[in-house]
Amino acid sequence: MNAKLTALVALVRKDIVLFFSNKRSLLITLAAPIAVAAFFGTLFAPGSDKLSKVPIAVIDLDRSALSQKIVAALSADAALSVTPLAETAAKADAGIVEQSQVQTMAQAIALVQNGKLRAAIVLPAEFGAHAAEALFGGIDGQKKPQVDIDFDPSQSMVLGLVRGILAQHVMQAVSQSAFSPNNPAVARFREAIERPSEGGANIISPDLKRDLSTMFDSIAKVQARQTSSADKGDSAATPGFSMPFTTNATAVTSGVDKKYNSYAQSFAGMSVQFILFMGVDFGVGLLLARRMGLWKRLRAAPISTRLLLASSIASCTLIAAIVMSIIYAAALAFFKVRIEGSIVGFIGVMWAFGFLTATFGLLIAAIGKTPEATRGLAIFATLLMVMLGGAWVPSFVFPEWLQTVSLGVPTRWAIDGLSAMTWRGLGLEAALAPIGVLMAFSAVFAMIAIWRFDWEE
Amino acid sequence: MVLLTKMESPFNNGAARMSGTIGVGLTAANLSKRYGDRSVVNDVSLAVQPGEIVGLLGPNGAGKTTTVSMICGLVKPDHGSITISGVDAAKNSDFTKRCIGLVPQDIALYETLTALHNLELFGALYGLAGAELRTRAQTALELVGLADRANDKPATFSGGMKRRLNIAAALVHDPDVLILDEPTVGIDPQSRNAIFDNLEALKARGKAIIYTTHYMEEAERLCDRIIIMDHGKVIASDTLAGLYTRLPASQTLTVDFEGDLDLPALKQVDGVSEASVKNNQLNIALNDLSNDAATVLVWLGAHGLKVNHVSSGRANLETLFLTLTGRQLRD
Repeated sequence: MNAKLTALVALVRKDIVLFFSNKRSLLITLAAPIAVAAFFGTLFAPGSDKLSKVPIAVIDLDRSALSQKIVAALSADAALSVTPLAETAAKADAGIVEQSQVQTMAQAIALVQNGKLRAAIVLPAEFGAHAAEALFGGIDGQKKPQVDIDFDPSQSMVLGLVRGILAQHVMQAVSQSAFSPNNPAVARFREAIERPSEGGANIISPDLKRDLSTMFDSIAKVQARQTSSADKGDSAATPGFSMPFTTNATAVTSGVDKKYNSYAQSFAGMSVQFILFMGVDFGVGLLLARRMGLWKRLRAAPISTRLLLASSIASCTLIAAIVMSIIYAAALAFFKVRIEGSIVGFIGVMWAFGFLTATFGLLIAAIGKTPEATRGLAIFATLLMVMLGGAWVPSFVFPEWLQTVSLGVPTRWAIDGLSAMTWRGLGLEAALAPIGVLMAFSAVFAMIAIWRFDWEE
Repeated sequence: MVLLTKMESPFNNGAARMSGTIGVGLTAANLSKRYGDRSVVNDVSLAVQPGEIVGLLGPNGAGKTTTVSMICGLVKPDHGSITISGVDAAKNSDFTKRCIGLVPQDIALYETLTALHNLELFGALYGLAGAELRTRAQTALELVGLADRANDKPATFSGGMKRRLNIAAALVHDPDVLILDEPTVGIDPQSRNAIFDNLEALKARGKAIIYTTHYMEEAERLCDRIIIMDHGKVIASDTLAGLYTRLPASQTLTVDFEGDLDLPALKQVDGVSEASVKNNQLNIALNDLSNDAATVLVWLGAHGLKVNHVSSGRANLETLFLTLTGRQLRD
């Protein structure tokens, strides 16, 4: 082995020994990402009922058969959790808000206000009586009944969900009621449109009046048929409006029988975050070594500054790759994360990110003045990068402009690359762009670092 | 250049080099360095031979560390040349760097690596490997009295032990020239003496040693020759005895007195070389303390001065620096 290689190996070995002998650093770099990734993975795990149900209250001021039917339908909906108010109040302290009908608006709104409920729906008095008429446009200019929804503004995404589910169940119940033979609403509405106005002239044109009469005739036939069926003991359900379609939702994962593993995403994010923190420590360590006079001693040896920098990059890249391997080994062993895509691509992204970490650390050492000042700034920069990169929250939930901005952040490519090779199950070609971008960022970081590196404090 | 004889032990080759080699040791000629408009080192020349300790003495900011840094290849000189073991450092820095062992002012060690691992690392930087590296590291530890702590980490060492290990790290590759930049800062007298013993042993083994310090008593004890620097320039360079001859007097008399002193008249008294007064304390340089002290005291009494306290002393490098620059060494 020639002298330069001997020196290089000794320097890399020294960095690895230093890193793995620092138990506190090791704990933070290895245990912390696994623990945090496990937490986020559990949080966003699919198929969990605990967090998918939206806790709401329904205040039924109408107490009609129709409104009670709607409340029952809402209560039975898998996406909602509705509880009677008395029961709700009792359980609110334990943080559990479940099922059913709420007695007073004030109590319900208070529960929304303190975050126990996401929304409170108020079905007004006379709702049942007027809803069916409103279905046909209302009688004598009567306004449609108004359903109030009081919602938690911090959970505004829930509003759309509640509105949709409410519309579904109300339409179903009201239309069913409207077409029921026992419901006088259709007869009242027919009488209203056929009745001349007070001035003697009918407000409805003769053509429209004729068309509506034809529609009412048809409804009367349906009602008569229902009455006949009922007399014969046919217990078939009363027809009403229903959803004109059904949906079949399929999660697009790496394969037909493969389920989405939320841990894969969280492990990508957390390994990137904590390895970058390790890179920060590495950079700050270089500044400390300079302060301690170690650089002076190293540079007094017959080795070039290029070799010194190369050894720093090599050791940090190697450590980053080892750390990521250990983190993913835990993910594979305990959290069922699988490399469903290209293993070569995964290894490529891993090494490219390790290289990025090393050059990032070197950049910190190059532009930092003192270890103390540099550490705070570097951690802030790292947090910004991992946040924009989607380590905490997947980048696809970002606003569009932020998604575009995040393409300029290397961590985004690292996380996307790791996700592509794990749960998305994509091939090697999907890893090439992340690898290329990470290497390009690394090259830029390295060039700036070498240009700015100050050997003297 | 004559090839060296086979080494008997890693650190035992100096005598052979002294007796049978040409061009060994270190010569720096006309070194200059500027940072912007500020001249840090200005036309400094020095030489050190095998088996010799040369002290580089001067206050903080005198240019000692920059001079040493240029010799070690850490800072490129603007002017001047450096020759080590007969080789021009500008032409073959790899070779000259191998000939030098630098002991930085800071304790430049990895605190969480063992003492042995530290030495093996620094040895490997000079191309040593395998059994030879291990032997050299062990020998260096033995030399500084830390062989029994080889597998302990410097983090557990006392300040003096760290300083000794700091020296050992510069010895692993068996350099011809050892450069120590203030190696005794912040340690107890016992550890300082241990380091001095180590350095004297290395000198006896033929190492050429440059020792920078601002402690004159260290330079007086250790150094064969002393170079005094101030404001980037060499203001004196000689053996200790030679430097003393530059003093106006080698002995002093200090008198605490009361009364009005006629200083110009005192300076005319026989045997008085120089005299100064500050806060009723009179400092008199005498050519011969045993003969002239009584004359001076009689003269003071005769001129109505009351003498409260008298002490005598020998002139030292502090006095010399004061004489040469008008400033205290630690100003």
